[in-house]
Amino acid sequence: MDKRLIGKRVVRNEDPRLLTGQAQYVDDVNLPNMAHAAMFRSEYAHARIRSIDVSKARAHSGVIAVYTAEDMGADCYPGPPLVSPPPTVKDVIFNSRRQVPLVKDKIRHAGEIIAVVIAETRYIAEDALDLIEIEYEPLPVVADIEKALEPNSPLVHDDLDSNLAAHLVQKKGDYESARASADVIIQRRFTIERGTAAAMENRGIVAQWDAKSEALTVWDTTQAPIPIRNGLAARLGLSESKVRVIAPFIGGGFGPKIMMFYSEEMLVPWLAIKLNRPVKWIEDRRENFYATTQERGQVHEVEMAFTRDGKILGIKDDFIHDTGAYDPYGLTTPLNTQSHVMGGYDIPNFTSEFRVAFTNKTIVTPMRGAGRPHGIYVIERMMDIAAKELGIDRVEIRRRNLIKPDAFPYEHGIIDQAFAPLIFDSGNYEAVLNETLKAVGYEKFIKEEQPRYRAEGRRVGIGVLPFIETTGVGPYEGARVTVEASGKIAVATGVGTQGQGHFTSFAQVVAEQLGVDVTDVRITTGDSAHFNWGTGTFASRGAVVAGNAMHAAATMVRKKILKLASKVLNAPEEELELEDGMVRVADIPQSSISLSDLAALANPLRGAVEPGTEPGLEATAYYGPQYGPTAFGVHAMIAEIDPETMMIKILRYVVTEDCGTILNPLILEGQIHGGVALGLGNAYYEKLHFDENAQLLNASFMDYLLVGSTEMPRIEVHHLETRSPLNELGTKGVGEAGAIPVPALFAQTMEDALYDYNLEIRETPLNPNRLFEIARKEKTA
Amino acid sequence: MEATTQKIELSVTVNGTRYERAIEPRMLLSDFLRHEIELTGTHVGCEHGVCGACSVLMDGEPVRSCLMFAVQTQGREIVTVEGLGTVDALSPVQQAFHEAHGLQCGFCTPGILTTVTAFLETNPNPSEEEVREAISGNLCRCTGYQHIVDAVLLAAKKKQAS
Ligand code: FES
Ligand code: FES
Repeated sequence: MDKRLIGKRVVRNEDPRLLTGQAQYVDDVNLPNMAHAAMFRSEYAHARIRSIDVSKARAHSGVIAVYTAEDMGADCYPGPPLVSPPPTVKDVIFNSRRQVPLVKDKIRHAGEIIAVVIAETRYIAEDALDLIEIEYEPLPVVADIEKALEPNSPLVHDDLDSNLAAHLVQKKGDYESARASADVIIQRRFTIERGTAAAMENRGIVAQWDAKSEALTVWDTTQAPIPIRNGLAARLGLSESKVRVIAPFIGGGFGPKIMMFYSEEMLVPWLAIKLNRPVKWIEDRRENFYATTQERGQVHEVEMAFTRDGKILGIKDDFIHDTGAYDPYGLTTPLNTQSHVMGGYDIPNFTSEFRVAFTNKTIVTPMRGAGRPHGIYVIERMMDIAAKELGIDRVEIRRRNLIKPDAFPYEHGIIDQAFAPLIFDSGNYEAVLNETLKAVGYEKFIKEEQPRYRAEGRRVGIGVLPFIETTGVGPYEGARVTVEASGKIAVATGVGTQGQGHFTSFAQVVAEQLGVDVTDVRITTGDSAHFNWGTGTFASRGAVVAGNAMHAAATMVRKKILKLASKVLNAPEEELELEDGMVRVADIPQSSISLSDLAALANPLRGAVEPGTEPGLEATAYYGPQYGPTAFGVHAMIAEIDPETMMIKILRYVVTEDCGTILNPLILEGQIHGGVALGLGNAYYEKLHFDENAQLLNASFMDYLLVGSTEMPRIEVHHLETRSPLNELGTKGVGEAGAIPVPALFAQTMEDALYDYNLEIRETPLNPNRLFEIARKEKTA
Repeated sequence: MEATTQKIELSVTVNGTRYERAIEPRMLLSDFLRHEIELTGTHVGCEHGVCGACSVLMDGEPVRSCLMFAVQTQGREIVTVEGLGTVDALSPVQQAFHEAHGLQCGFCTPGILTTVTAFLETNPNPSEEEVREAISGNLCRCTGYQHIVDAVLLAAKKKQAS
């Protein structure tokens, strides 16, 4: 493909409105006569509700209504399972338990909603929350995922025999015989704890009911507006065409904004209809810490079998995954972990068993990385440990095991998160490794710089490691491309957008085909009134799945343009060029017609549209991959640590990413920078501290540390492009990539920096205190 | 609790326009700007003074509008992101953010633009380290800050040149 715009550093179409305060976010929707909701949330993590008294709140001046589960009656039933049925793996167990709009009898995590107050202002609604009286019977709490699965544990769901939410085993080859023939067996245990996505914008919903036309409009901070529209219509007994869901500008998503259905998402539209008034609910930051889904809690028991020269014979990984109080999102996250625990290595024998545990904590659903960082953490920590035990350089042992370029497509024989076969479509892994080593100056650092630092008494370490990211999964997305009478191009797609630059990268894809400026392509995303088929923005799939649908639709429109122009200009199609919004006959510049004139001809007011043809220069296309492309990358870091304070300074950070065809390097680099920042948070700053009662101890930005501008190093991004053979554009996803390898890389770098401490890191996230503790223990051990 | 409904007359200038409103004394400045006079460009990310998304300029100084009551701005001059430039005429700082890709979702952006605009007045030729220090009170979850830092350095260069 001759690329004019794809791959160029184009600045973003959406910026001017975002930069001047003109872009609309959900909380910017102010409607006449709008009422405001505030949620009464449980303080207990596990308790029975003995009684609820909302009478004082109802009587409070300015309060419009107060609803409890009882008032909601038969309409108060659980949300739908988001991913169903469970995968068809032999002997799989999956117990589906989903959240309700309002809790009636038993609280299963702190922050669950017991009552909702609707008032003339948010201030009054919050005043009235103080007047609600609840009597609770506190129950013993399930806070720890391992204890949750012990036989005497209290039960999160009383109707189940245990807290087991799911159990699944996947195998490849025969691990036991690999083990029997191994020279070295390594066993370790790793713990990974929870963090939160902390998008800068909290969640929010505004719902408006037009009783006369029986139409519902909902503005929602969702990554998946179309499924929300379909689900709301079903729940509320409305025709899908009467429900419009708009996901306007969203202030960051990172996964948790795609949890269908949050309690509030079921509740607020219902209230708007019930009260026949527009209702707004905006989450505050404290609520976000309790009510917005979280991720990352897992415990792994791993065993790996190696030959003496470092060849991997097999891996066996048993892990427990924390799903919190409910499991609406099915097995996506633990399946992702399973798919990534072999990393980018050629591993013939694999057994992985996971158990998912219910706990009295906030619901777990995918968050940027979505189970992948866990898998990479496990395999890459094991590779480091093996390198030490076998006395092989840590880069060399990786090099010996990376999948070779001629082995693609590489089939694993297990299923991935989308229940599709786990197949790595393409890649050139060793080249990416070499590029990174060169960029970071690995040899020179090890041989010259590090010894010099050490002689000076400074502890400076280097880390280098690879990772894979399965991306761009199905089922499908679609796009409609239209040449408007003005000659500008209108494009609509169902995916929502949360800052990924879709208004620009998608415009590049379309402009590439139609010979117009990127600024002449106007994209509408996430509004069911404009495009009403689609699934959503998740799994690093926007650029792959929606991008290829755009490409297909634009290609169809291009054909229509050429066909019509050929007739009008009386020239064969092959001699026509599309450029600058015009169709020209090559070599005869005066023989041309503008897209605007062509659009008018294609939609005549008189005459006839020929039989078998459609009016207009428009096409709709869909793209649905059998399985998703797998991206690859290598990160390297050089960092100094002060062993007294455990404060770190990152001196270099290098990323080489191969995500196939690059649409826009500027946007791609931004995605990687942001991903790495989250990854560093997951490695050394961000941890949700729950106590033994499953009470969150750090539910504010004062106590939960996000990475700031002074902690972030400058990141150098390099690219290699191995086109994916799975789609026309050759793209692979990259949205989550930056975050995935960072905790593992950080651990390796710290072990190297603190070389004289004999340190082995087996947990994440760390923080200076914790690292100090581990280092001291290991030094004295 | 009823006493809070006592309203107070407020007169404040925002982006050059004088607004007079009777408001409750407990109304936050952020709510006043966003919902009372519908300048929704100012964003609220935490309501407890940490994220900086709500930063506006009061008499030229950055303040966190979620930590102030609107009545405290009596007679003052406020500038919000809407007062910095327009879609057709971006301010030099806005233009630099556009060129350097200093924003993704755009939610933290208004608070960063106001903070940086004031910062460059006092330090027109900052080093990278000074820029990082200047925006260290603004959280951004999307960009990893690198393109924001680049944008501020570019804005400084643009302003010097003009
Ligand atoms: S909203 Fe004011 S500092 Fe976060
Ligand atoms: S651009 Fe999204 S939070 Fe900064």
